[in-house]
Amino acid sequence: MNLVAENLNYKPDDQFHLNEVSFNFKKGNIYTILGRTLSGKTTLLKTIAGLLTPDSGSMKFEDRDFLKVPVWERNIAMVYQQFINYPHLNVYENVAFPLKQRKIDNHEINDVVLKSLKSVGLEGYENRKIQELSGGQQQRVSLARSLVKNAKILLLDEPLVNLDYKLREQLREEFKNIFSQGLSEESIVIFSTTDPREAMELNGEVIAIDEGKVLQVGPAKEIFENPKTLKVAEISNDPPMNILNANIDSNKIKFEGIEIDAPNHLSNLKDKNFNLGIRASDILLSDSGFEFEVELAEISGSETLLHLKRGDVKIITSIEEVMNFNINDKVKINFDTKKVYAFNESGILASSPFGGSYV
Amino acid sequence: MGKIYTFLKYFFITVWTVFVVAPFLWALTTSFKDFNSVNGGATYIPWVDFEPKLEGWKVLIKSPANGGVDIIEPYFNSLFVTCTASLISIVLGTLSAYALSRYTFKAGFVKNNDITFFFISQRIMPPIVLSIPFFLFLGSINLLDSLIGLIVVYIVLLMPIAVWIMVDFFNKVPREIDETALIDGCNPYQAFFKVVLPNSIPGLIVAGMFCIIFGWIDFFFAFILTFTEVQLLPVKIVALNSSITPWWSLSASALVSVAPLIVVAFIVERYLSKGNLSGAIK
Repeated sequence: MNLVAENLNYKPDDQFHLNEVSFNFKKGNIYTILGRTLSGKTTLLKTIAGLLTPDSGSMKFEDRDFLKVPVWERNIAMVYQQFINYPHLNVYENVAFPLKQRKIDNHEINDVVLKSLKSVGLEGYENRKIQELSGGQQQRVSLARSLVKNAKILLLDEPLVNLDYKLREQLREEFKNIFSQGLSEESIVIFSTTDPREAMELNGEVIAIDEGKVLQVGPAKEIFENPKTLKVAEISNDPPMNILNANIDSNKIKFEGIEIDAPNHLSNLKDKNFNLGIRASDILLSDSGFEFEVELAEISGSETLLHLKRGDVKIITSIEEVMNFNINDKVKINFDTKKVYAFNESGILASSPFGGSYV
Repeated sequence: MGKIYTFLKYFFITVWTVFVVAPFLWALTTSFKDFNSVNGGATYIPWVDFEPKLEGWKVLIKSPANGGVDIIEPYFNSLFVTCTASLISIVLGTLSAYALSRYTFKAGFVKNNDITFFFISQRIMPPIVLSIPFFLFLGSINLLDSLIGLIVVYIVLLMPIAVWIMVDFFNKVPREIDETALIDGCNPYQAFFKVVLPNSIPGLIVAGMFCIIFGWIDFFFAFILTFTEVQLLPVKIVALNSSITPWWSLSASALVSVAPLIVVAFIVERYLSKGNLSGAIK
């Protein structure tokens, strides 16, 4: 009864868009596909929708060979990153379109459409033209259209990415509400995003994907706490996790003339050379710390992102307040070593603060 | 700066308008004149400069035996040929253009763009190059000097225009709209007719307008491919000019022959100013 795919491959040019992708999606769950731009997220969603046919592999849903079912019989819904609606129809007609296509009784359509418009906060907009709506409202119309269908599979392809910051926050909250109440146990929601925070907030099962390859599958918390590889750590952190080439020897972490006591979880490792991963938020300004030079300081919202340099080592730290720095200023920082990750030389997680290890 | 710009703008618009309208004014006044007024020099104000007469317009509906100019039959021939050829060109051209825009074709090194270019390349050749093949072709299937033959030739001439315009138009309609229609339960035909086509009305109108204009004003093929049985309006008007038709009848005929294009222009202007496509994608 699940949506099961095995070894999907899609290679339209010399690059893999899907590379041996397998998954098993269960009904009643939310799945988040997390990956950077061009990592194959949209390709994967389009393959599930049936808009693309993979070169090889199989996909089954409700005991049917899903790859043989044409798009229009798959009973799916999809919301695009661009706000796609039917420009020749008004808001009401847009939302009613998929129901009319199913030849449902007009009274019933009316009830469902009004209810759906209400759930996305567009009551009273029924007769507006699509062109008269703002981007956020247009995206809500396409969301309403995908919700009325009661589709078994709901695909959301970076639905928030083209919205401005405030609307994005607002709609993200609404998504969570709609998902938590409106979804039946019968449907699968698949949400793709580049934003790790979005993935954490939706708190479903996360599929980390890069260059068409599934890197790690697990609950959002698990991906965040124990990223399997350097790549996953990179994808699932924003700003990206700092990676330092370091030596761990006799319980000391050494790099670029810096020596710190290794925390417990890093003290009994076999190897000596590691890529240490440390989040921007786990690097703190401290007068007793090590001296770095400011390369760039960006203020984003209520945070300050500092790009720092010491010899060949470059790191990014985020400070929870707005501070002004000049380029080439010297600052002193300290590392919260309890939260340092160690990846071995081939990029596999060797030790995490949360006890995970894939070596 | 702004004032100078505005002045220059309206100055050139005025000059251009005079340039464009003057021949029409000349034809219009001449059509209401009689022999004496025409010979009385360039006069333009009725009742003041000359006494308007309806003689020029009356000959349009008179039979040739009574001194009429006999343009009614060529007029309807032209209407029939232009409308039929335009309609068929638009239908075939739109379907071809949609296929060229949405599906990938490949035959050796020939790809979608090459096919699209092949269509328009039919219009790149000077018409005289095509005249002999068309003549021989229509001769071999016995369609010389017939309405059907002209329609066939005009479809060859007009369909490339429709394909060219509609390919460009469909390329601007986001593919995601078709995909959404498929996802919402339309099969590909329903997606085309229920979603893509209603959003393509401005493109269809532009393509239709070009087909009608090019079909209506064509003189060359109408001249070469017909003899005595069938005559189209442009050929007839030119024939009038070379015979002893008086100026006033000639002017009235010429005005009547451009009337459909003026109507088309007004309808099109209405539609195009509505601007229907914005909002499909942000």
